[in-house]
Amino acid sequence: MNVRSAIHVTSAAVALAALWFGAVPPALAADTPDPVADAKAFQKFFTQKFPKLKPEDFVNGPYSMNEDMHRQWEEKEQFPPYDFSLDLGKEMFEKPFRNGKSYADCFPNKGIGIRQNYPTFDEKEGKVVTLELALNRCREANGEAPFSYVKDEMAALTAYMAFTSRGKPFDIKIPDDPRALQAYQNGKRYFYTRRGQLNFSCASCHVQNPGERIRAEVLAPALGILNAMPIYRSEWGGMGTVSRRFTTCNSQIRGVPLEPQADEYRDLEYYLSYVSNGLPISGPGARP
Amino acid sequence: MSRTRGANVRKSALAVMLLIAGATSALAASTEADFKAAFSAAEAADKQAAGLRNQWTTTASTLAEAKKAADRGDFDAAVAASKEAEAMARASIFQATSEQQAWKALEIH
Repeated sequence: MNVRSAIHVTSAAVALAALWFGAVPPALAADTPDPVADAKAFQKFFTQKFPKLKPEDFVNGPYSMNEDMHRQWEEKEQFPPYDFSLDLGKEMFEKPFRNGKSYADCFPNKGIGIRQNYPTFDEKEGKVVTLELALNRCREANGEAPFSYVKDEMAALTAYMAFTSRGKPFDIKIPDDPRALQAYQNGKRYFYTRRGQLNFSCASCHVQNPGERIRAEVLAPALGILNAMPIYRSEWGGMGTVSRRFTTCNSQIRGVPLEPQADEYRDLEYYLSYVSNGLPISGPGARP
Repeated sequence: MSRTRGANVRKSALAVMLLIAGATSALAASTEADFKAAFSAAEAADKQAAGLRNQWTTTASTLAEAKKAADRGDFDAAVAASKEAEAMARASIFQATSEQQAWKALEIH
């Protein structure tokens, strides 16, 4: 009897050990970033949640979620509120710096039709470089003062650059560099991490509740959310960049925003853009 | 039976009144030194939250409220606001710490 009990206990221990060791690899696997699988699952989640929408519709944010709003948007697009900013951006982009050089000298293809490739991972620096950051670095390298990251001139410049990329699918690359994969993973973690007194993550609104109302707003889906940037927001009464969108979201949930272009925001933009790969650039956009 | 219940109610009411009186006299005793101690404890907790990149706007506004109350000499209100700010800062630290793992539960797979 005692021997039988010992056998039972041993068998149970072996079974438990097998379960334990069997359970460890998937848990570890979940910690190892797999951007391709992530993007596939991310896009599948939204296309299944909104089966009537075509993938490219997601770049229109709340306007793709609500029929009445879609009609408003179609009318708004007749005389888009971002037009002034777009004109200003084109003028600024083409005007040479005081040293005679221009933005075109800082970017591949002279800066035209390249928005879909940003953010990019700079292997020299070992960090994510967003379009906004690259623009200010270009200015500084040419002896010009950097612009504020959140609106006005920066929004105008990125509006023009987005416009020259309209229709081109997001094509964010993650090079074979552990630092790039880490940056992607950090961005993902930021996206899903709850913060602020309201205890919201980006995903609380833009994954769990797209299409639902939060007060008077219809929440946009996270898929394609950056494709329309920069945007004219009626709520802001003006244009705003990706930096403005991130910092405002943080304030709205009663979290102290980080400084624009903080590493966390750069990584977040990298992650969010990557998982929208294949969806067309639609910026500059307009939002309520 | 009802007489006993009545006595119990009176006793409870008395206890509550005593508690309120005690709490009021304790709060009324707040001094500038109490405020300074409470305020620096709240600031230290908020600094820790900053290190975790997870401060709350409400902690900052409540700290500002505490300072304003102290500036007008209302140390009861200043201590109360400082303690509230400290509680919020501690909650933000807890949030940042627990989210280091908890975020994974929200991930799309």
